[in-house]
Amino acid sequence: MMTLLEEFRAWLSAALPEWAAYLIAGIVGIFVVLGFVLTLVIVFIWYERRLLGRFQIRLGPNRLGPEGIFQPIATALKILIKEDVVPEKADRVVHWLAPIVVFVPVLMVFAVIPLSQGAILADLNVGVLYLVAVGSVSAVGIYMAGWGSNNKYALIAAMRTVAQIVSYELPVVLSLLGVVLMVGSLSMTKTVEAQVVPFIVMQPLGFLIFFLGALAEMNRCPFDLLEADSEIVAGYHTEYSGMKFAMFYLGEYGHALAYACIITTLFLGGWRGPVLPPFLWFLIKVVAVFSLIVWLRATLPRLRVDQLMAFAWKGLFPMALINIFVVAVEMLWLVDISRWLVVATNIVLAVVLILAWSRLFVLGRGRVEV
Amino acid sequence: MTLKTEPFILNVGPQHPSTHGVFRMRVTLDGEVVVDLEPVIGYLHRGIEKLAESRTYTQIIPLTDRLDYLASMTNNFGYVLAVEKLGGIKVPERAEYLRIIMAELMRISSHLMAVGFFLNDLGAMMTPVLYMWREREKIMDLFEMVCGQRLTYNYMRVGGVSQDIPDEFLPALKRFIDEMPRFIDEYEQLLSQNEILLVRTKGVGVLPRETAINIGASGPVLRASGVKWDIRKADPYSIYDRFDFEVPVGSTGDCYDRYWVRIQEMRQSVRIVAQAVKQLPAGEICVKVKQPLRLPAGEVYGHVEAPKGELGFYLVSDGSIAPYRLHIRPPTLINLTALRDMVIGWKIADLIVIFGSIDVCLGEIDR
Repeated sequence: MMTLLEEFRAWLSAALPEWAAYLIAGIVGIFVVLGFVLTLVIVFIWYERRLLGRFQIRLGPNRLGPEGIFQPIATALKILIKEDVVPEKADRVVHWLAPIVVFVPVLMVFAVIPLSQGAILADLNVGVLYLVAVGSVSAVGIYMAGWGSNNKYALIAAMRTVAQIVSYELPVVLSLLGVVLMVGSLSMTKTVEAQVVPFIVMQPLGFLIFFLGALAEMNRCPFDLLEADSEIVAGYHTEYSGMKFAMFYLGEYGHALAYACIITTLFLGGWRGPVLPPFLWFLIKVVAVFSLIVWLRATLPRLRVDQLMAFAWKGLFPMALINIFVVAVEMLWLVDISRWLVVATNIVLAVVLILAWSRLFVLGRGRVEV
Repeated sequence: MTLKTEPFILNVGPQHPSTHGVFRMRVTLDGEVVVDLEPVIGYLHRGIEKLAESRTYTQIIPLTDRLDYLASMTNNFGYVLAVEKLGGIKVPERAEYLRIIMAELMRISSHLMAVGFFLNDLGAMMTPVLYMWREREKIMDLFEMVCGQRLTYNYMRVGGVSQDIPDEFLPALKRFIDEMPRFIDEYEQLLSQNEILLVRTKGVGVLPRETAINIGASGPVLRASGVKWDIRKADPYSIYDRFDFEVPVGSTGDCYDRYWVRIQEMRQSVRIVAQAVKQLPAGEICVKVKQPLRLPAGEVYGHVEAPKGELGFYLVSDGSIAPYRLHIRPPTLINLTALRDMVIGWKIADLIVIFGSIDVCLGEIDR
């Protein structure tokens, strides 16, 4: 099965030499994805602000254009023409490089996300591995931003970042392994094709672990410790302004969008769905996941840093291990009997484990003797 | 190889999202853990006590508005009570009731802000604050009806209150009393039993009963530590002895208790307002006081239970038209002295939460 991009390349190579067709198709593909991502990010910024407004019994931006749809553009313009302030004692190279290191991996994630049947930039046979690898590069960028700013708040945020993202990487990857076991392939397209029953039903626990881990990875509430505005002002981007700040801002929303897309692809059945065209199904699911993220942000308080670590290592990590073990056993013996038997086992497993953990598990001790 | 480490000094404030004004904390950190804390105050000092010495007794009332600007009515109330106590002035019944209504509405309003921003400090991004502002707006609308102001009311006078309530006030107030208990339930439903809120606040920043008494803490901070001390009950001023209400008391003195005590006090304040509205008599609202007012030489200490604690006015008169000395006992300055003991050993995130749970107002700390 050829992707749309490959078909385009084949069409081009009828008239052009092979290398030119390859180059042109690649560039066109990159710009299509870039356009798609940036437009969607802008729309999602507007959507989050409006939705947050609803949650907080206020209107949200509604002045510029119908329903305030042009507000993010105005915001972007405002940010872009602002003065770029660099602290005197900042490490200029690191300070300059950090926004790029944060932003680029976010865009790279979208290369392997199938928006529809065949609509994928690169249908890698190691898609899931690529996601994990590229997705965690942003942590380096955030650390660089915190370190390079020469600001104490930013430094605290940077230290938190490393701890947080490294800890949550493990449960996230382990919960992804459950999916990989079921699909038998690392390709994103194959993952979607394998979801006759969406994986959220097949392994609810895996979905929950991945979702919580993803919240931590994209620094969203209740794990938004990196930019905990009531504690450490703006966290790692305290000293950023102008275009560089815009990169962080876009990167943050791009990250949220990327994870919404990943969750859609891996757990909600991607583009699959009845009646409506596949691309629309994909968008609907992404918006649903994103709305859930915004809802959590509007409601929940934030965890403390030691509780955050305890939650990753004592809560999610063992659960993810148990999950992957059970899924492996199921794939060995149970799945040949009936798919629905797997569903039932996994739902029971999820309920039992979550109840057990909520009873037995204590988050952090708190006070340290000094 | 051993790494050389050293503590790290962080200036939290005066410009910081969670210092509730211009408070500054010089925090010594060991990683995330607070090792030492030094509060720095005075960024909002306006010399209100000194200014008062060159103002007549009536002219001081607007100055008291600027103490705890989230509870101006209560400040007015405390000051005029002190003046009336020294001058032996009797206040008409209707004025007494109006004062109580305003003071209790002010308490609800102040606690709404306290609880909302406490949750905001915990990281519940703006939602609780905006929910609570919805009701605070209604209280401010009520005050606007009465005196035309929304923040600095300047409503109470020596001998009564400045204006009688307009016709539309009582229906609006009754509607507010009916609605408010349900809204308080709504706040509690939103987060009171939330797992994250519980782990972040239970057992955090404990102020033991003995320490609370020793530092002279008052208000919700003291009551959360398990001391049943409320000036409305302990030394009833005005007509508080006529109302039936309870004093909620916490057990451990942690941040959660302080949050809980404030929520319960809002319920009690609604009860008091409801009773006051029912008993509200007709009649005069202010006795004639000879202007400029001269108080007999002497000194007096008048105190009220402000939303944040015991607000005291110590007034020394030499018989002239202005006080010889006016000293204000701001409740949050005294409560704030417990901050260092409460936060040592906790993390930065807890520091913000514990500070928020004291509920300070810099206008009254710096004066």
